[in-house]
Amino acid sequence: MPYIDPHIHMVSRTTDDYQRMAQAGCVAITEPAFWAGFDRSSAQGFVDYYRQLTDTEPKRAATYGINHHCWLCINPKEAEDVGFAREVISIIPDFLDCENVLGIGEIGLNKNSKNELIILEEQLALAQRLDQLVLVHTPHLEDKLKGTNLIMDAIDNTSIDPGRVLIDHVEEHTVRAVLDRGFWAGMTLYPDSKCTPQRAADIIEIHGTDRLWINSAGDWGPSDPLAVPKCRVELASRGHSQAIINTISYDNPLSFLSQSGKFSVK
Amino acid sequence: MASNMTKEAIVDRYFLEHRAKVLDIAAFLDRVDRTADGVSDFRIEALLSCIKELQSGKEGRTQRILNLLSDQTTEPIEFAGMKGASGAVPPVS
Repeated sequence: MPYIDPHIHMVSRTTDDYQRMAQAGCVAITEPAFWAGFDRSSAQGFVDYYRQLTDTEPKRAATYGINHHCWLCINPKEAEDVGFAREVISIIPDFLDCENVLGIGEIGLNKNSKNELIILEEQLALAQRLDQLVLVHTPHLEDKLKGTNLIMDAIDNTSIDPGRVLIDHVEEHTVRAVLDRGFWAGMTLYPDSKCTPQRAADIIEIHGTDRLWINSAGDWGPSDPLAVPKCRVELASRGHSQAIINTISYDNPLSFLSQSGKFSVK
Repeated sequence: MASNMTKEAIVDRYFLEHRAKVLDIAAFLDRVDRTADGVSDFRIEALLSCIKELQSGKEGRTQRILNLLSDQTTEPIEFAGMKGASGAVPPVS
């Protein structure tokens, strides 16, 4: 059965990963802009990165029958320098009309600093002004609970419909609040941090499938580009129906992402 | 949307995996102790608090442990001096 991985950083992965994902049933992905593992030295570096996301990666994915989409932003790890971040934000509108760009993301917070919050608010304003979908990164580990609450408060201060916002990397202590406030929620399947496929299956059993999806967030760190099919296998092995498995790994991403008017599954 | 698995089936399926994880934690703590460095580490202290929570006997341990490991303040910090996270809340310096 086909699946969608709605959050994966293919610029950090090999072509072999595309092949293995296609063999496992992946038909479409979305790739948020993120931190490269080092700070870019100029805003021009983001122009090159956005060209990679809007031109190079779609072609690489298409070789394996995978439809590639992306999100654009400056990520919170490079948001402490407000002047630099604003220079990058000014570039983003030039790329939003590209056919595979779905919206603004992954914006959010990292260490929950005042400057990160300023840049989050400015990117939310951009999304609101240009009527873009929003994909949100929530902080890591000890910073996640506080950051998730700060992010939801910041979004509530805009006129953005929470139904057009996906808050990603939820875990057991944040998922309920995210869903109760009307947002979509993403569970990231990581081997060491965030959720394992087993814990994601537990969360689905406890909280249901409404406005919830799973993703691998595969990148340059410890991660697994086949995490989504592994979670599907976990759910099947517990006796869950194919309908539930498809809801969490295909129908829900399709519903949320289709709001962009640009998302398609071949 | 409960799993169709019985308690026995769950234990049969997952026990060995989690037996191994408990042994990994024990070996990790032993490894730390063998350094004979008496200085406490906030991450080890946090881990020991989490282990106590495991014995609460009440459902919801995962959420409570994540809360134990979370910054419970509510205001943004002045400056992000680092990009990474520790996994537990560092002591206020």
